[in-house]
Amino acid sequence: MPLTKIDRRSTLLGLGASAGALAMGTRFTHAQSAAPIKIGFQKHATGIGAAYGRWYDATTQAAAARINEMGGINGRPLEIVIEDDGTDPKRGAEVLEKFASQHECDVAFGTLFSHVVIGSAPRAGELKLPYFVVSEGHHVASGMLNRYTLQPGITDVKSQVQSMAPFVANNLGKKVTMIYPDFAFGHDHRDYFSAAIAAQGGEVVAKIAIPPTETSFTRYFPQIPRETEVIYHVMVGPAVLTFVKEMGEFFGPSRPEIFGFIDSLEAVAIDSPGLEFLEGTYFWEGAPRHAQANQTEYDAAFRAAVGVDDRGASVDDPRDISTYAHMFGCWDTLNVIKAGMEASGYRGPGDRAALIEAVEAMTDMPLGMDHPTGAKLFNGKTHQAFGEQHISRVEDGNLVVVHTASIEDGLYEDEVDYTTQSF
Amino acid sequence: MTDRLRTDLLHLGVIAALVVLFLTLPTYYAGNLSRIMVLAIYAIGYNLLFGYTGLLSLGHAMFFAAGMYGYGLTAQLAGVPALPAFALGILAGAALGLVVGALALRTAGVAFMIVTLMFAQAAYLTILHFGTYTRGDEGFVVPSEARIVFGIDLSGETERFAAALILFALVLLATGRLVRSRLGRTLVAIRENEERTRMLGYDATRLKLIAITLSGALSGLAGAAYALLFGYVGASFAAVPYSIFPLLWVLLGGAGTTIGPLIGVFFMFYLIDTASGITLAYLLIVGVALVLLTLFAPQGIAGLIKRRLPWLP
Repeated sequence: MPLTKIDRRSTLLGLGASAGALAMGTRFTHAQSAAPIKIGFQKHATGIGAAYGRWYDATTQAAAARINEMGGINGRPLEIVIEDDGTDPKRGAEVLEKFASQHECDVAFGTLFSHVVIGSAPRAGELKLPYFVVSEGHHVASGMLNRYTLQPGITDVKSQVQSMAPFVANNLGKKVTMIYPDFAFGHDHRDYFSAAIAAQGGEVVAKIAIPPTETSFTRYFPQIPRETEVIYHVMVGPAVLTFVKEMGEFFGPSRPEIFGFIDSLEAVAIDSPGLEFLEGTYFWEGAPRHAQANQTEYDAAFRAAVGVDDRGASVDDPRDISTYAHMFGCWDTLNVIKAGMEASGYRGPGDRAALIEAVEAMTDMPLGMDHPTGAKLFNGKTHQAFGEQHISRVEDGNLVVVHTASIEDGLYEDEVDYTTQSF
Repeated sequence: MTDRLRTDLLHLGVIAALVVLFLTLPTYYAGNLSRIMVLAIYAIGYNLLFGYTGLLSLGHAMFFAAGMYGYGLTAQLAGVPALPAFALGILAGAALGLVVGALALRTAGVAFMIVTLMFAQAAYLTILHFGTYTRGDEGFVVPSEARIVFGIDLSGETERFAAALILFALVLLATGRLVRSRLGRTLVAIRENEERTRMLGYDATRLKLIAITLSGALSGLAGAAYALLFGYVGASFAAVPYSIFPLLWVLLGGAGTTIGPLIGVFFMFYLIDTASGITLAYLLIVGVALVLLTLFAPQGIAGLIKRRLPWLP
């Protein structure tokens, strides 16, 4: 059935108003040459994602300052426009509307929590507003979203999980019990890791889903089979401290190997009281929170720019721990936007499609100050970046990298080709 | 002029004013109207139960979500076209209202509030548990073909507004008639004095069940409309805050008035929108504003108007 498109509201306003707008537009276009490029930053300032939002903000401001010090983008300064999305998908979509229609931003940028991204992305497509996300969700590469939504600064969870399986199977054990929250993030881990460990000759011997409202976990630990060699945990939220403490009380000194995702403990000091049980256990990290012996000059410069010390804490307050394993994605993404705008000769919203095509054409993103925590490979078809992933062991309260999975370890077959979608 | 004529003119005037606002407001504010109208439908559904029948539910998000998932899942998983899927969304809200009502109406007062809250929490956790189908907390994007009605793509700004306006107008006019009908007046009688209503020979339990079913249907309609017009289905809409919002909207706008819900949604929407532009502590401003309104206008904004215009429905 052919689609009927109703004329937009502006056409109803009459010829006089249109002529007036045209005159204003001409004047603005001329003035715009030196006007800032506005990037709408969808920030988790309130709600469950606030800890992430604060550090995403700090990283974004630092990246923007560096870009401006280098002369901006196409000779224009960069301006970050912040709106709080409340870590809520409804508000997230409203914020995108504010960026597009009220602040007249060139692109939108943010944010971590997948439900906010998925709730906002349809509006990005409808508003034809490029939406660069730093979410690590598989929703972009899965094909669920649209051509206006891209994730060029952080690896997605499917790739992260897949790249962990070889190390787990070869070094920790092949019989794995998974403990995960009973919602989509946990289900992603369950499904992707189950497949990945099977490909390594291992198996998941138990899948323990924990309702998100749970505050005590003691009744779940007896469900862990005796044959378990590795516990894979990906608990998130404020209950994680209780989870670790109760797991320690359950196992005592005799425990299987334990592997988890640092997502659970972002913004939490790994040597916090109550986390002693984590000594000798392993964590995934997108970027190593604690500076390593082989730290690159880029990582050191990145920490200095954002205001983070060698333990991933704020230089102003060592108790204020950053979300180091994720927040680099904001820095990388802003540099991708800059590179895309420069490659496409971006001048204004009329060039948004060209900007997206320029980013889609990107592939290698080498280690350097634009990507200070590691090189990345961008897949323009799936709009998804892939980077190295780290496994760190807790040793004397320090996170020490014991394995780095290559970019190739995390690659998987394309599930979508966004470049075939029209603008 | 009769009160009925005044009421009809008022409602038609509200609808006309929304059209004028859409045509004259800047793009951002014009775009907000669609969302405000959809949420106002939700508030009208809540108001029918709370404002007119006197039953305070703390679990209405389950009805909104029932409509949202009733529409979204049938479109996503079974490929049902937009209109039938939308109808299923409304049906899901009504059916859940009927079932929950049949159980929760065995209680009253605070117990009713707690029972509805618990049912809503159970509904929320059910959505998370069946994440294979619902995508849990992440939710999913509604297929674009399920947003096309009679060949019109409702993802367009004007089309979205037109659809929201039609739905809102139908609901507003229908509830305007309903509250003046015999059923509506009986519901108000239950609100004012349930025992006396029973003594007059009315089956109050059956009437309350009808009210909660209608309220569920309207809330479901709003949920389905949100998914249809904004293209997203997610569990956050089934969470506790979305049970509290309609209560706040109705209290602020004016419980037991037909235009109160719209006023309440408008007020809250721009209170949050404006305050968040001033400070990150905007929820504090919102909280203070709510306290002040409750202290100085306990009948809500429409209640204040009603003091001067007693015929206000």
